[in-house]
Amino acid sequence: MKNFNYVVKDTLGLHARPAGLLVKEAGKFESTIMVHTKGKQANAKKLLALMSLAVKQEDEVAVTIEGADEDVAAQAMEVFFQTNL
Amino acid sequence: MEYYSGKSINNKIAIGKLFYYKKQEAKVKRERIEDVENEVKRFDEARELAKEQVLDLYEKAKSEVGEAEAAIFEVHMMMLDDEDYGDSVCNMIESQMVCAPYAIASTGENFANMFAEMEDEYMQARSADIKDISERMVSILLGNNDTGAVFDEPVILVADDLAPSETIQLDKDKLLGFVTRHGSMNSHTAILARTMNIPALIQVDIKPEWHGKEAVLDGYSALLTIEPDESALFKAREQVAQDNKKEELLKELKGKETVTKSGQKVKLYANIGNVADTAAALMNDAEGIGLFRSEFLYLESADFPTENEQFLAYKIVAENMAGKPVIIRTLDIGADKQVDYFNLKKEENPALGYRAIRICLNQTDIFRTQLRAILRASAFGNIAIMFPMIISLSEVQRAKEILAEVKSELKEQNISYKDVEVGVMIETPASVMISDELAKEVDFFSIGTNDLTQYTLAADRQNPALDDMIDIHHPAILKMIEITVKNAHDNDIWVGICGELGADLELTKFFLDLGVDELSVSSSSILPVREKIREQE
Repeated sequence: MKNFNYVVKDTLGLHARPAGLLVKEAGKFESTIMVHTKGKQANAKKLLALMSLAVKQEDEVAVTIEGADEDVAAQAMEVFFQTNL
Repeated sequence: MEYYSGKSINNKIAIGKLFYYKKQEAKVKRERIEDVENEVKRFDEARELAKEQVLDLYEKAKSEVGEAEAAIFEVHMMMLDDEDYGDSVCNMIESQMVCAPYAIASTGENFANMFAEMEDEYMQARSADIKDISERMVSILLGNNDTGAVFDEPVILVADDLAPSETIQLDKDKLLGFVTRHGSMNSHTAILARTMNIPALIQVDIKPEWHGKEAVLDGYSALLTIEPDESALFKAREQVAQDNKKEELLKELKGKETVTKSGQKVKLYANIGNVADTAAALMNDAEGIGLFRSEFLYLESADFPTENEQFLAYKIVAENMAGKPVIIRTLDIGADKQVDYFNLKKEENPALGYRAIRICLNQTDIFRTQLRAILRASAFGNIAIMFPMIISLSEVQRAKEILAEVKSELKEQNISYKDVEVGVMIETPASVMISDELAKEVDFFSIGTNDLTQYTLAADRQNPALDDMIDIHHPAILKMIEITVKNAHDNDIWVGICGELGADLELTKFFLDLGVDELSVSSSSILPVREKIREQE
């Protein structure tokens, strides 16, 4: 399993648009990708679950990646968070 | 004539007939089914068709309002594809043997409620999006072909609520504006209305009997007037004519450089008095904020505004201006403004009294709080500071000392800030006379012509009886400006004008000839001034 932490910089937080982009990106990988924050977690391939985390600016999220392609997936996810959130 | 109030989405006016639109409520019955597989298949087909329809809306929105605003329909498509949503519908069909429309409606309601109950206002507004996609699938399954509101003459649409998909489907050529009972300022419908520049009021107590009546929708005052009388109509028409003229100017001049025919450039900035004014500044294509009056923070508060309150206000403006300069003027309050908690003594001559920088240099705790807030916000944009009411060199030096102390404090605490430009307002005759010395201490001057006029001509600007007696183009004022500009340029600093004379089109040529570097005017004056400058040789 791979994991990394990230503090959200986007002023709107994980709002609909980036959440949608995240779902698209996560969908490219076989691994199970989970986003954890404030004691809750959501599957990064599920839009409504992600949005229900209500991640705001300055919130810290932990992302875990587990599966056959976890190495590439973890790298791609880190890049995604840094460029979109 | 009757008035109704609401919340306004756009500063615009619409005049016309009201059209009451009642959405066909899809009547969803809980029906028992036998063939589970077939029902799931029906759901899948409805979902595919819904996605195709939303894709069409996406294309339509993209061409009409642009990609960023059309993105909501992309999100709708993803919501339609959401696994949890789909699983919930299929589960209901399988475990409860209910028909697909019922399973969709229930699932949609559950998810919509989940969002409605979230604390975050933005997420609350997403509940309308879930409802929108759910209703779309239900309509497909029930064979409703409600084509939305259709009207054959231009109208102001009245409805309980409008889904984003309904808003984008409306015939824009015949839509003068809309009024809804529900909706929030953050809803996509509100955002679309803003982008499409349609006058709109939300949260109005609407009535079906309004259908067919004449009305004025006033986005400036957030009022809907039913059956307006002649004078109300006249006023509204005048405002519309003014707005139209402004829009034409905007179309023509937006994005154009502020430059004379021979290539002399002038920075054209906006004066703002609070955070919300930033929107008007951006709409009118301001190249920066030349005067951000910070008094509102103190006037709208029951006690001294905290560092954080101030920081947030400055930060929002700096971020919205996205790298364009934002010049914040420090506290400019005196006994003529009612701020109880300052406990200012009543004065014979408040304009000549204990005010502005004089308060700041005496009650330095107030000043330090403001400077800390401004410096912290400076990390988020391109901020500059200017001090008002300066009459002597020592004041500027003292203010700069305090600024330096605040900076080192922040540095010790590891709080980031930028090295901001520091300037002074030139608004007293004294500051004009010593402007050569002041210029060696600061990065820029901004001439405040309102106070400069009142102090130079010994004429109270609050006294209307003097209006006709005072020449606002008095040669003494023009000379003062000339001296200030020369002293600034001799010392290699830039100089601007932020008083009302800055927007005086009769003086534009005079300012250009002097070589004034910046004009900061009210937002509504930006484009007329730009037009004037572009006409000059």
